[in-house]
Amino acid sequence: METKYLIIGNSIAGVSCIEGIRSIDNVGKIVVVSKEDIQNYSRPLISYYLAGKISENSMAFRSAEFYKENSIELILNVTALSIDTKNNTLITNTGNIRFEKLLIASGGSPIVPNIQGYSKDIQGIFTFTSFSEAKKLKKYVEEEKIDNAVILGGGLIGLKCAEGLLEHNIKIHMVELSDRLLSSTLDKDASNFIETVLMEKGCVVYKNDTIENIYSENNKISKVKLKSGKEIETKLLVIAVGVKPETSFVKDTGIQCNRGILVDQFMKTNISNIFAAGDVAEGKNLITEKSSLIAIWPVAARQGKIAGINMAGGSAVYEGMFPMNAVEIAGVPVISFGITAVDNLENYEILKKSDGKTYKKIVLHNNKIVGSIFLGKIERSGIYAGLIKNQINVAEFKSFLLEEDFGLLILPEKYRKHIVVGDGIEV
Amino acid sequence: MAKSKNISDFVIERDQNRCIKCHACVRVCANDVHFKDDATSEVASDDSKCVGCHFCEDLCPTGALVIRKNPSETRENAHWKKEYIYRIVRQAETGGIVLTGMGCDRPYKNYFDHILLNAAQVTNPSIDPLREPMELKTFIGRKIDAVNLDDLNWKTTSIDEIMSGLLELEVPIMFSAMSFGSISLNACKAIAEAAKLCGTYWNTGEGGLHQSLYPYADRAIVQIASGRFGVSSEYLSRAAAVEIKIGQGAKPGIGGHLPGEKVSQEISLTRMIPQGSDAISPAPHHDIYSIEDLRQLIFAIKETVDYKKPVGVKIAAVHNVAPIASGIVRAGADFITIDGVRGGTGAAPVVIRDNVGIPIEIAIAVVDQRLRDEGIRNQISIVAAGGFRTSSDIIKAITLGADAVYIGTSALIALGCHVCQKCYTGKCNWGIATQDPYLTRRLNPEIGTKRLCNLLRAWSLEMKEMLGGMGINAIESLRGNREQLRGIDLSEIELKILGIKHAGESW
Amino acid sequence: MVKPKRIIIKEEYCIGCRLCEIYCVTKHSCAKEIIKMYKEKKIASESGICFEEKGSISFAIQCRHCDDAPCLEACITGAMFRDKDTGRVLHNKEKCVGCWMCVMVCPVGVVKISQSEKRVASKCDLCIDREFPACVENCPNEAIYVVDYEGKKITKE
Repeated sequence: METKYLIIGNSIAGVSCIEGIRSIDNVGKIVVVSKEDIQNYSRPLISYYLAGKISENSMAFRSAEFYKENSIELILNVTALSIDTKNNTLITNTGNIRFEKLLIASGGSPIVPNIQGYSKDIQGIFTFTSFSEAKKLKKYVEEEKIDNAVILGGGLIGLKCAEGLLEHNIKIHMVELSDRLLSSTLDKDASNFIETVLMEKGCVVYKNDTIENIYSENNKISKVKLKSGKEIETKLLVIAVGVKPETSFVKDTGIQCNRGILVDQFMKTNISNIFAAGDVAEGKNLITEKSSLIAIWPVAARQGKIAGINMAGGSAVYEGMFPMNAVEIAGVPVISFGITAVDNLENYEILKKSDGKTYKKIVLHNNKIVGSIFLGKIERSGIYAGLIKNQINVAEFKSFLLEEDFGLLILPEKYRKHIVVGDGIEV
Repeated sequence: MAKSKNISDFVIERDQNRCIKCHACVRVCANDVHFKDDATSEVASDDSKCVGCHFCEDLCPTGALVIRKNPSETRENAHWKKEYIYRIVRQAETGGIVLTGMGCDRPYKNYFDHILLNAAQVTNPSIDPLREPMELKTFIGRKIDAVNLDDLNWKTTSIDEIMSGLLELEVPIMFSAMSFGSISLNACKAIAEAAKLCGTYWNTGEGGLHQSLYPYADRAIVQIASGRFGVSSEYLSRAAAVEIKIGQGAKPGIGGHLPGEKVSQEISLTRMIPQGSDAISPAPHHDIYSIEDLRQLIFAIKETVDYKKPVGVKIAAVHNVAPIASGIVRAGADFITIDGVRGGTGAAPVVIRDNVGIPIEIAIAVVDQRLRDEGIRNQISIVAAGGFRTSSDIIKAITLGADAVYIGTSALIALGCHVCQKCYTGKCNWGIATQDPYLTRRLNPEIGTKRLCNLLRAWSLEMKEMLGGMGINAIESLRGNREQLRGIDLSEIELKILGIKHAGESW
Repeated sequence: MVKPKRIIIKEEYCIGCRLCEIYCVTKHSCAKEIIKMYKEKKIASESGICFEEKGSISFAIQCRHCDDAPCLEACITGAMFRDKDTGRVLHNKEKCVGCWMCVMVCPVGVVKISQSEKRVASKCDLCIDREFPACVENCPNEAIYVVDYEGKKITKE
């Protein structure tokens, strides 16, 4: 049977695409190619794996039956090299695959900045975005009995890695270029909170700093030197400065790219039978109304599903999402949505509340919520996400937004009914 | 003033071994009886505030609560009973009239409990209502004197035409007048819908007809009382029948007073009075000082409704009830409602409620007899009200001569009422006699309707059993059929007034 | 997809007694007897109900088992899943790692954090092993009731 649907990438965007396709087309042949060597694993779980909280066989977010039930032909260890858009063919390192519809869900690859003294061959330097890297890292940590480590990057990946390493009683030196940790998702206050928690756990945080030089002995890392002049002896360096969309194989194919692959509201690229979803795609950001990369799991899931439905001839529209993150650092849960830190206070209104253990912040623009942070106490925060998504005017109940017992009850009756899918509250 | 010298009516026993401190009782009691004691972290109760409505007891998930009568005793004294002593204490403290709710609770002789029903044996067969048709259908209104069969063209005249202008009841039980104001709108809705579903009627009381009750208006008997609240031509035209209320069994001769704070927006719209103003129903109708005046009002209404709807008059059962009833028939009324001494109320002075009026059993008997003697019984239907507790009370009332009965208290009990008699406080925990939005939500009209329908169904079944037992297959044949009744433990004068023989006397 | 039965909330009839929560906790704890369960707090589970109250209005809301459930998409472990037979959105505590993605995306805000030993997500399962969820069965005023997939009220009678 001819391949009808070809999917590059086997993480949540690819898997959701399968679910989208199969909700409409039960027979069309689906082939999934992955450059990795494992049938299915959840990328965000690698920090839990590193921490030893879950085992290798708990890494899957879909079981083997999933692929069987949906008759998926999964080809592992395949790297996409290019796409022949005229002949509907994917060129890979192991051969060519023809397709009718293609989904590019190749995700992102870690950024490794140019640092003096860095070489791929030096032992003890890791990135932290895939299971294979995590496995190597864990093995290294255990075999070398690592007791201190340097993490370059105080973003989400760096913190998740730190969380994993802390479980191995490793002293962590975290180097962050900006003035605070999690600078893209948190404001200064929340970030200080997290920093304090990390410091209590024995972490040292270097802000406004970066690694200038990596020293190695016998091809093994021995020391890093920071821009500030500080030298840290270490046998482990994790580079966690971010990821970039994996678009190398899209070059010169005619598929339009910005930082990521540009898609329309149907998750379609400029080529009519080629779709893109997940960390590689630039979809609509509901808050800024512009297309942007939002490299988070729920966005990938939604985009993949919508792409799948449209690939199979259905019709689904991606209405856009916005950045959001949930993370628990040293037992403190944090959830953030949208724009959390603003400099221009003229156009924004900030509501804040903190009691030393919890922190809540709402950013308003024209009486609509555009961002928020919940630290310590996160239950029911999803309601705020709904308010952001549906661009609800909160003028009427603004004073309740920070209340301890904030809930659906204070929302306008019409909206209250609306958010409850299908039948729900009778008001 | 110093601490009250009154003791509490009830004591609350909380089994701390069963109490799980869920605070359900704390949350729900409108009288703030239960509270969280922060010092001991236990749930405690202030007995003095308890009215004995049993809402908390009913709700408690572990059965940790028992409400008991306060066993504290004063020295036994047949004359100076505890209740009188403490009523004086209360009045000494407040200087006011003591109010109460519901009907008279004095232990006057209950004639229903002294009347026994007959059953068919050998000489006439009893009827099994499960196998044979059994009719409870009742028509309320003025019946024509005679049907001249020769004059009738049966091809063009149907029986429906002959019976036009009558209320048709599937069961001889209607819901008596309880206004929106005295009870919550949810309670009204439950009653109105149950009336509609069961093929009977409900009564608006003097509260007007709330817009949300319009769908049930074709089953509504609307009241015109001395305050004339909510009366408009639309009110009359939507209704099935109209009832002029002269008096009520719980408080004959006394007016009504709905305090301004209870006159919410909805009530103000329904009663057509300004929001927050006191709704005062005068003791008399200021335009009715005679039977002739009454006749004028009756016919004014009949004009308005084009003589298509029955117009009735409701009076309290008082000493002169029989001649008054005769006058009402002659004034042109189509039905008369007689409310006995045990008839309920939302608020009445306790001395009035307990001391004025006569029992409904006696009133039915004397009115029925008087109208028969005068040959005008067919011109009017008698609707009896005031304390019907079971289907046998109703059967006995009909056998004494009533056409149908109104039930009020028993309907409210079906809705949750535990007859705590605190209706006048507006803090009814069962969501019935209150307008507090926090309390009214406790009465889900859907459940209420179901319960009322169940009650009517159960009583209908029982009534059919009793009828069948007497060998009678239609309630019409039982009406005024006093041979089916026998008195027990009654004096000769009582038997004479009731128009029944004593047990042991045969036909 | 099989559509699940759903719990409908009539907020105008909620009396604010919170018995729904009590019966939910009892049902989901290992001890089914309500007094014992409460006296020994450690065996109590979380309630799947979020109770809200303001002034005279109150209601209890639990997982809506949405047709298009955001928590299903957001779950990074597959712990949140749609039960094929009943259409319910169920949660496997064994698989859950407590990443709080579901908490983040639930627009109704009804995914809670379990306070038991393992910090994982916790939510209403519509009482998987009984016809009527415990909260519905014990609501004294039918302020919550169950409808079938067609939206028809299911009653005991």
